Amino acid sequence: MFETSELNIKNQRVQRLFKILFLLMTMLLIAPVLLILGTLIVKGGSVISIDFLFTSPTDGMTAGGIFPALLGTVWLVAVALLISVPLGIAAAIYLSEYAGENWFTRIINLAIINLAGVPSIVHALFGVGAFVLFFKFGTSILAASLTLAIMTLPVVIVATRESLQAVPFAFREACWNMGATRWQTIRRVVLPNAVSGILTGVILEVSRTAGETAPIMFTGAVFFTPFLPQGIFDQTMAMSLHLFVVSTQVPGVPENLPYGVALVLIAMVLIMNSLSIAFRIYLRGKKKW
Amino acid sequence: MNTSSQAIGNEQLDLAIQTGKLNLWYGTFQALFDVDLDIKQGIITSLIGPSGCGKSTFLRSINRINERLGYVRIDGSINVFGNNIYAPGVELVQVRKQIGMVFQRPNPLPISIRDNVLFGYNLHSEGKRAERSEQDDIAEDALRQVLLWDKVKDRLNSKATELSLEEQQKLCIARLLPVKPGLLLMDEPCSALDPKGTEAVEELIWELRGKYTILIVTHNMAQARRASEECIFMLMGKVVEHTATEDMFVTPGKQETADYIEGRYG
Repeated sequence: MFETSELNIKNQRVQRLFKILFLLMTMLLIAPVLLILGTLIVKGGSVISIDFLFTSPTDGMTAGGIFPALLGTVWLVAVALLISVPLGIAAAIYLSEYAGENWFTRIINLAIINLAGVPSIVHALFGVGAFVLFFKFGTSILAASLTLAIMTLPVVIVATRESLQAVPFAFREACWNMGATRWQTIRRVVLPNAVSGILTGVILEVSRTAGETAPIMFTGAVFFTPFLPQGIFDQTMAMSLHLFVVSTQVPGVPENLPYGVALVLIAMVLIMNSLSIAFRIYLRGKKKW
Repeated sequence: MNTSSQAIGNEQLDLAIQTGKLNLWYGTFQALFDVDLDIKQGIITSLIGPSGCGKSTFLRSINRINERLGYVRIDGSINVFGNNIYAPGVELVQVRKQIGMVFQRPNPLPISIRDNVLFGYNLHSEGKRAERSEQDDIAEDALRQVLLWDKVKDRLNSKATELSLEEQQKLCIARLLPVKPGLLLMDEPCSALDPKGTEAVEELIWELRGKYTILIVTHNMAQARRASEECIFMLMGKVVEHTATEDMFVTPGKQETADYIEGRYG
């Protein structure tokens, strides 16, 4: 009565087959990450040293370190964040907490989605037209960071809006019923509970901003400058552009140098991402509902 | 507007809520029909009726929280302690401060027990926040009123969301009290609780009688019978009967009431 039938055996065989297939697909997904990291460490690990990180390139960029590029990337990311984070969070709060569902918000949502889909080279040309030429910021950190900020704005808005909406509606209802205004509710209850998600979005934005090349190439980053940036109107070197330059534009670069630059860049991004994950786990552990 | 929860001297002094020809529409759907009710001050009145009869809608129009939906239209009047709460110039923040609402599912905020109790109080005393010792007294008083003080006095700084459902619901009642509301609205306050929790919260509600006017919506007829002094039976958006609870359950005046309380529908 309860014996295994032919059909059972056949079905179970098919089921095992699919399980293995999906497992293989998953492994395939991790493979490139491991391969990239492995290659970079093997080929570029030898150039990494404190000197490499903290000295300028020498001998026509075929030797020396990467300090101006490293510092330039920190500048570009920091200024871009200062612009996009307040703007993005404010917009997300408006969209999530104040705006109703109407034609106006639908248009804004559509704009955000489209902004996220614009190729970065188009952002770069926009940046040249708007910030470098029209606002006369010249090729500068400010122009480059503004371009980066506009490009990453959708990430901040979407991440913030999603974490605001993850705060249970009952909390808002409780506040409103006690006579709290919308702003009191947002400040005292919604934002404190959404902050982990917002920060995750911001940190993801950092890693994306750090790696972008196209938007900064025409707006503020230069191939080489012997000077470290002193302010937002200076030009600067940047890690991503430096990698492009040493791998394709300069003759006579030792083979391990570009790998070393790439390794530092990817390490920056991975460190930011792990920080974001650790921070999120920490904040999640603290909240409970 | 009138900021005190006491009525100004007139014949309505002993009435907490008085509605006149109250009609309410959600879009094109009419949820309330000519509701005329006089709800007495200082007692517990229960609202019973089958699902969709408009009892929660009525409750939610008394602190004007319904309006948030945007597509709600109201016609008629609601006077609370003699003041028309739909008059122009009425401050919604004052309405919600002086008319507290307790929900079906306990909804403590994800902050400490102490901060929960003081949340409403601090909200309404912006700028001149009370001394810490004064705040402690206020929190203690509110928690004592809801019979929760002895259970939580040693862990006032732990998260309110870690309490049991019954304790959470009591806390939700406690946090309304520091701003001294005259009227407490309760929307099926026990329906998420187990029988023991229900009993405890009912006991508490009975305890608060006299100090506050309480209007409680319930699905549970035994609860209405045990825990209220007057009872309103609603059906299809209309008030069918409003009498002393005892009379309603012993000698219902209308056939529909009798059918409902005997469980023939609903």
